[in-house]
Amino acid sequence: MKKMKILLGVAVITVAGFLMVAADHIDAPAVSGGGASSSTDITDFYAFRAENTDNIAFVANVRGLISPSASSSVDFDENVLIEINIDTNGDAIQDMVMQAIPRDGKMYVFGPFASTSTDLNSTINTDAVITVVDITPYGSNAISATNASGITAFAGLRDDPFYFDFAQYSEIIAGNATSFNDPGTDLFAGTNVLSLVVEVPKSLIGGTGTINTWVETKSK
Amino acid sequence: MKNIKIYMLAILVSAVSFNCSNDDDAALITVAPGPDFSGTYTQDDQMARPAINTVFVNDGSKDMFNTTVPSAQGAAFQTAFEDKLLALNPGYTTNALGFTATQFTTALATDVLTVDLDGETTFASADLSTVLTGRTLMDDVIDIELTLIFGGPDGSENPGLTSDNVPSNDKAFLASFPYLASPH
Repeated sequence: MKKMKILLGVAVITVAGFLMVAADHIDAPAVSGGGASSSTDITDFYAFRAENTDNIAFVANVRGLISPSASSSVDFDENVLIEINIDTNGDAIQDMVMQAIPRDGKMYVFGPFASTSTDLNSTINTDAVITVVDITPYGSNAISATNASGITAFAGLRDDPFYFDFAQYSEIIAGNATSFNDPGTDLFAGTNVLSLVVEVPKSLIGGTGTINTWVETKSK
Repeated sequence: MKNIKIYMLAILVSAVSFNCSNDDDAALITVAPGPDFSGTYTQDDQMARPAINTVFVNDGSKDMFNTTVPSAQGAAFQTAFEDKLLALNPGYTTNALGFTATQFTTALATDVLTVDLDGETTFASADLSTVLTGRTLMDDVIDIELTLIFGGPDGSENPGLTSDNVPSNDKAFLASFPYLASPH
């Protein structure tokens, strides 16, 4: 019986190892309980010049590999805080942060506000500038909201923008193949993610030069 | 005199009614407070550049990578990243950016995404003349990373490993906010 349990343990670890996927989908055990992507599992992070070139758009996606059939029952977790960190002086320590958290069908985005804390624990800064947007229900047109500071926010399900033949990559890493297929097969085609999109005037995040940015999920 | 009494009573009633209304408003404010944002939130996941934890961090260290602040990641992970790079590509010399294994993994181990506030934002342009000035939805980040890991000094080595031959997303992106395609 003990051997059986050990064998099962090995099997679970092997499966979990195989499922450590892609951009950051299911990248680590703590965010992929049972091999599934959780609400704390960041799948991707993007930051780019927006349609209005005076702005930068930040995209943080969580909980990947959502099938269309499961999409109507998936929503953001009110216990999970998404933080976008911004370093304006090149030392990889944040100088500003934005905090996003859902409450009763709305996404509340606080900031950007000044913060140099490197603490892995956070409290929400409710004194910061706020942008509130209704979370777009699955099947509805995208709902966005812009506040007086010119910050625009969206929260809801979107197509997973990531594309990768992860299955063949795994075969190569496992020594079962020596090259990619042509054409490859996008493992993420046809799947959805929970997306947070926040577009911010450059003037609020340093104005000019370069920034370093990264995203965190924190839960209580 | 009787008329005056009735008149006064009417004023009194209306004054009391008005006060009642005020009380009702106050009660409404009390029973409908704003959302509760209190509490302490503890870090679970973290990322900047795509696929760093997945590709370069060994299985036993993935949670640790997600809970090490970027300013401490270089010291904690650069050596392991270099070992991993050379395990993936034992023939690595330099890559198309001219980086040695140590230079490349030093850049990767501090996992932040650099974004240019003045010009074009891209993970890398096709000819690698512009690199790491942001990440757009269209950027084929996997091909860029595969090329830098396997492609050698001019990107031509290991041709079967430098592209996954998935050149774009399965749905078209939007030119306007929120940029991502609608869900399936």
